Parts: sequence; structure tokens; C-alpha cells
Amino acid sequence: MISLKINGKQQSLDLAPDTPLLWALRDELKLTGTKFGCGIAQCGACTVHFNGTAVRSCSIPLSAASGADVRTIEGLQSPTAKVVQEAWRKLDVVQCGYCQSGQIMSAVALLENNPKPNDDQIDSAMQGNLCRCATYQRIRTAIHEAADELGRKA
Amino acid sequence: MNFLQHHLQARDLQPSTDQGVSRRLFLKSVTAGSGLVLGCGALSGLMLSASAAEAATAGNELVFNAFLKITPDNRVTVVVKHLDMGQGVSTGLTTLVAEELDANWEQMDWESAPADASRYNNLFWGPAQGTGGSTAIANSWEQMRKAGAAARAMLVTAAAQQWEVPEKEIKVKDGIISHGKKTATFGELAGKAAALPVPQSPALKDPKDFRLIGKNIPRKDSQEKTNGTAIYTQDIQLPGMLTAVVLYPPKLLGKLKKVDASKAKAVPGVVDVVEIPRGVAVVAEGFWPAQKARQLLQAEWDLSACETRSSDELFTQFTDTARKPGTSVKAEGDAAAALAQADKVIETEYHLPYLAHTPIEPLNCVVKVDKTACELWYACQMQTNDQHEVAKATGLKPEQVRIHTLYAGGSFGRRASPNDYVMDAVAIARQVPGRPVKMVWTREDDIHNGKFRPMAVHRVRGALSPEGKLVAWDHHAVAQPILRGSPFEAFIQGPIDGTLIEGIADMPYAIPNLSVQATEMKAGISTLWWRSVGHSGHAFIVEGFIDQMAKAAGKDPLVFRREMLTDHPRFLGALNLAAQQAGWDKPLPKGRGRGIAVHKAMGSWCAQVAEVTVADDGRFTVDRVVCAIDCGIAVNPDVIRAQMEGSIGFGLSAALAEEITLDKGKVVQSNFHNYTLMRIPQMPKVEVHIVPSAEPPSGVGEPGVPPVAGALANALFAATGKPVTRLPIGERV
Repeated sequence: MISLKINGKQQSLDLAPDTPLLWALRDELKLTGTKFGCGIAQCGACTVHFNGTAVRSCSIPLSAASGADVRTIEGLQSPTAKVVQEAWRKLDVVQCGYCQSGQIMSAVALLENNPKPNDDQIDSAMQGNLCRCATYQRIRTAIHEAADELGRKA
Repeated sequence: MNFLQHHLQARDLQPSTDQGVSRRLFLKSVTAGSGLVLGCGALSGLMLSASAAEAATAGNELVFNAFLKITPDNRVTVVVKHLDMGQGVSTGLTTLVAEELDANWEQMDWESAPADASRYNNLFWGPAQGTGGSTAIANSWEQMRKAGAAARAMLVTAAAQQWEVPEKEIKVKDGIISHGKKTATFGELAGKAAALPVPQSPALKDPKDFRLIGKNIPRKDSQEKTNGTAIYTQDIQLPGMLTAVVLYPPKLLGKLKKVDASKAKAVPGVVDVVEIPRGVAVVAEGFWPAQKARQLLQAEWDLSACETRSSDELFTQFTDTARKPGTSVKAEGDAAAALAQADKVIETEYHLPYLAHTPIEPLNCVVKVDKTACELWYACQMQTNDQHEVAKATGLKPEQVRIHTLYAGGSFGRRASPNDYVMDAVAIARQVPGRPVKMVWTREDDIHNGKFRPMAVHRVRGALSPEGKLVAWDHHAVAQPILRGSPFEAFIQGPIDGTLIEGIADMPYAIPNLSVQATEMKAGISTLWWRSVGHSGHAFIVEGFIDQMAKAAGKDPLVFRREMLTDHPRFLGALNLAAQQAGWDKPLPKGRGRGIAVHKAMGSWCAQVAEVTVADDGRFTVDRVVCAIDCGIAVNPDVIRAQMEGSIGFGLSAALAEEITLDKGKVVQSNFHNYTLMRIPQMPKVEVHIVPSAEPPSGVGEPGVPPVAGALANALFAATGKPVTRLPIGERV
């Protein structure tokens, strides 16, 4: 039995300890907003916040997540997160949308640590998230848009 | 892509007819308390029914050809017959209906159509339902507007009767029907309207009156795709559902000799291990136990029928073939004589690699089979084909195969694949009757079992006249076919699969002596359409060679093209707009280069200008791409811009680094660490300009892909003086 906090709620999971966090979220907790894309931390579709840091949940075994504080796209609540999601909608960033949960998780983590990133900092923070539809230009613009909006609100 | 029509005729497949239900046009029915459901017949007429698309009304013989429902709560639901794989067709088709209905965009919803070719066929594909070839908006353009216009006319008549005023005095705007101070919503009048005769030829708007078409209407899928609630195949949850993964042979076309599943079956959570025609499936309670158990399967394979060559050998054989004459597919003038006589001849061999589609959602399919039905949930791209294949495999009738079409997490052509992963999922589910099974491919499965954009070698020779005119072009395309050997083989016209020569044999340039030859090669590798199909590589070759000839002629590449395109106003329109917006005539500093390319694919004309910076060590960056697209009337300019941005990223990704290679017949690449896609730092600034047009809409999802590799190659050529003849380019030139 492995205990951890997911989206603010304490969970105890009776799963094999080598089960990747991704599959615990998806198959056990039915939190399917976090996506499977590669299984080897190359695509970023499975990005979640793990103790406040954006990580690839496909490559974290449950045994390494005991006691962790995990947040998924379904649990996004912070003002930064809301502003990021709004920027994504305003610019219609999504195409197929499959990678966008991960993109948004990475973008929120970036802005929570750096409220005014430049293009290079955006590229650096977001380069672990593949988008086969190549919505990259809009992702960059949306992050700037969200940063501006957060600046206005601050 | 009329090939589907040919295909269906060849296989004698006709649209399915529901048992006990006769199909007739101009049929309607109304049920008390329900709203209005309306659709346009594929060929003629309008049909009306009263309940949800799938329901039959007691006592009535109904044909549900519904594209539009209005419910008493004033919601309008458009039934979308195409797969939304990111191209935005759910928003696009909904816009067409809302425009003619004069609805408020906020009251519009959409849902996926069921699989039924008699109502939801692609009008460009004859009697087949499906999405591809960038046809979704183009084939629906009138059909969906007529559905909206007919409903509007009936609502107007209903209001006129209720208020006892002339119809012509009634206004409809933004979802409100009004006469003087009297107003009503669509929902309030839907019941009354549904009882009225259906107008046979509803008038469509004059384009100058469009309120939604041509505007940047927000996508309908943005909300759910930004909060994790959009449901893809991967996310389907059903009671009692199991997850399956498949162990496939190490090489394509390998056959299972025997398997020892004892260790796999011992993994907690594993329910069964079953053999299917293409491999061995582990069925388990969830992905992880299935995946772990798969690694414990001990299988022996017969690989005697498999490919044994490596990529280098294939390229050598293709190149040898390209240097000899091929099968002639186009011969205008006498290219051989012109080449023999010319002062200046340039010869180049171009290499294109196999490419994988790698949608970020790996292929997957949820299937439930029992004795009377097979139900499938997945991002279905070819409903009619799949329905018939599944029926054949299960012994059911096509109408007993129910397909729930879900969002695709990307496709790029990959999901339009006959006799493929869906059949694997069905083969597994048949051995677990009554329980839904979700077959999940990993990324390794996706790449390993890829159906690739064919590799190719093209040999091109061109001749200039003393005045610097391009007087001869001799082209030999050598590649594996896509259609030949597939269910679509009947589409091949003439001796050569058209996918080898599209965009070449029909190149627009005025060249007096043009010879195009092709040779179809055989290899134990599956091929498939990859976003823009043959065009994907051919624009790189044709446009790259044009720049080589321009340079040899001492002419500016833009001017050189213009001189040979005087009879092609839409090519020129796109070319000139891109050049103008890019600032073609502005000089660039040393180390930078600008290149242009123009190509027509899927009925649309697209020109692009790429700008690069090349360092002394040959490393380069793509700084900017300016794109001009002529796709007829722009239904949603922002969605079109998004498709161009995405197409440019997709095309650049391949041009820079994508390549599937073979080692003794085995696919070398396995995941994104060695099949490397473009990431955000490589994405250039992209500017998209739409050529104003009053022509009907044409393709948008694919035409932005072909030019970019050509524009990039020409920019590098301009910067370095060295032509780019091989893709991928890699990190340096």
C-alpha cells in the first residue's frame, strides 16, 4: 500500500510498487487527463506536478512517490493555472489536444517559478513536451499572454 | 481521394441498409416533446426526423440522415460526419450549419455521427464515410449549409404561422426569430417547425451576408482540451473493461511459431494470453500488468518471409534503378533530344527517407464483441471500410458493427489504415466475448508496426536554353507504392501508382519538353499516406531542382518561377503574396538565406518563404517561414492559420531530422529518443497569409506541408551555394 496526496486528497494505492505513477493515475484513479505518449519521459504528455515540480509521470514508479504531493490537470486550481488555461483558450492553441494537458502542466510550473519568462526560457522549460501538431508558436504566445495577464493582476 | 469510390465498387460494397427500414428521401416524422432533427440527403433532398440520430420512431419508417438537432432547451447540435484529429472539423462543420441557420455560436454543440455511409458518406468518396485528403470542409460545404438553411426556413414558417404574419417580414439573427416586438428562440419553435414540410431547395446566403464564415470563430474543442476532460480512445472507461497489449514479431510480416505464456500468465492482474493473426496478446486488468507480462512472453517467430535488406542496400538498389529508364507516365515534347542538344544540363539525385506518423496518442481501440453486435470506440477515420472489415472478421452484418468515433490524438494519415490495428483489437476482443477490451499500442509498437511514408530516390535532369529558359525536364521517381497491394489498388489509373508522381507529372511550370518516369519498388515494409501523401516529398524535389536551374540560368528564383507560371493565376497568387509578405527583395546579411517554394496539393495552392541562418560550422537555424495559402473561401481564418503553422512544423520536423531506417530488414527506431521530432526551440516564427478568394473551399489540413522542405532547402542553397538533395538534412549543411 502506497500513500500519497493527489490533487489535495490523500490516496492509498494497492498496486505493484513498480507501477508508474501515470498508470496509477489513469487506470486506478481514472484521472485520464494525464496522457500516455511514449513511456520513457521523451514526449511530456504525462507531465504532472510532483511536489511542485513538472515531472514525467510515466517514469516515476509508485515506490518513489510515497508521501508525494501530486497535482494533475484535473486538480489545477491556482490563479496561475486558471490564467494559463484561459490564455490557451483565447488563442485556440489546441489542435488534436492530446499533448496539451502536459503542455499546460509544464507552462503552469514555469510561470509559478518565473512569472515573466523570455522566449529562451520558455523554450527551455517547454522543450520536454512534444506537440506533433506543432502548436509551438501558439504555446509560446499563450505563455507570454498568461505572463502579461498575471502581471496585470499582480 | 476518389480511390475509395473505386475501392468500394471493386469490392462491391454498398451503403448498408438497416434491417426492416426502407430508405426513402423526403421523409419526416415528429414526436411530441422532442426537437427538430434535420439533415440533407447525400444526393438530393432533405430528411427530417424527430428524435436522436439513432432512434426510430414507433409506427414510422424513418431514414435518419440527420445533421442537425434543435432541442426545446434551445441547443442546436450538429452531427459531424468527419473525424476531428485536430484539424478543427467539428468547429468547421458546425460553423457551416450555424451560418445558414443564423444561430448564435454559443448555442451550438456538436457530436460525432455514427458509422452509416448512407447518410454520412464523404461526398468526394462516393458511398464511403471517412476523413482524409483534406476533404472534410470541401465536401461538406453545401451539404451542411443546406441543412442549416432548411431548418431556418422551417423555423421562419413556424413563426409566421404562430404570429399570423408574412414569412418575409420575419427576421432571424443570432439565434432569435423576431417580428416587430415578438421574439422566439429556436427551441421554442422547434416542435412546431418540425411538423412542417421540408423545403426542397432552401436558398443559401449570398457570401456577402456571412456572419460566421470568414470570421475567427473560437474552436468548440478548446475548453475540454485544456482541462483534461476531452475523451480520447485512451481514456474510455467501460464496466468490466480489460486492457490488452500485443507482442508483435520482431519484423513486419513475421509469423508466430510458438509461444510460452506461462510466466506472463503468472503476473498478477493478467486475465489471459491469446493468439491473434499478427501476434500474441496479453489481456489484463489495466495497462501495467499487461505490459509487464508481455515482456515475459517467450515467442518463436518465422521470419522467413520478412525483409532482410538494410536501408543502405535499398538506397543503392533504388539509385541504380533511378539511373535506368522507368515506365513513362508523362511525355511532352522530346526531353531526351532537348537534353542531348542543350548547352547546360544539370543532374541531381534526391533521396527521401521512410517516415513515421507518430501521433502522440499511440494507436488504440476499444472493442466489445458478442453474438449479435460489435461495438467499437476509437478515432475512426474510415468508418465504412472498418465497418465492413470488422463485419467480415466477426461474421456479423455491417449494420451490427457500431462505431463510436472519438477525438484522435493526431493521425497525419496513420489512422486511415485498412486491415491494421483495429483488426488486431477485434481479434483480441473476440476471445474475450462480452467484455470490452482496450488494446493499447505503446510508442514502440507504433514505430515498430509503422506504415511509413515511402522512401524514394528520384533522378532529375534539366536543360537550359542559351537564353536561360528551362527547356527540358527528365524525371525518374523510384519508390514503393502506397495503393498497390492495398485495398485501394483499384484506384490506380495507368501503369504506375499515382502516389509516386503526384505533384511531378502535373507540375505547373511551362516546360516544353517534360518526361516523367516512375518505377514501383518492392520491399517488406508497409507504406501509407503520410500527411499530404506523395506531395510531402515531391515539392522538395521539384522546387529544389527549380532553384538549381534558376541559379544555373542566373535568374532570381522568384522571377524564374513567375516566367513559367503565367497560365496559372492561383499558383502566382500564392507565390506573389508569400514573396511580398516575406520581403523577398530585401537583401539578407552573409550567412543568412531565403528560399521560396510553391505547390498545389489537395486542391489548394500554398507558397512559403523560409529564412535560415547558417553558421560557419554548417549548423543552421530556421528563423522564419512566411506562408500564403489559397484554399478558396476561408471558412475559419484562424483555424486555417493554425493548420498552416502546424503543417510547417510537421514538414520541418521531417526535413530536419525524421528518418526510419532498416537494419537487415528490422526497423531501427523505437521511440522518440531515436525518432526525433521537432521541439519548441526549433519552431520558427511562422506568418500565415490567406489569399482572398470567392471560390469554394478546398483542402487545408495537408497543403501546408509540401512546400516547407523545398523552401528550407532553397534557403540553405541560397546561403551556402550547395543544393540540398537528401532528407533529413540533419544538424548541419
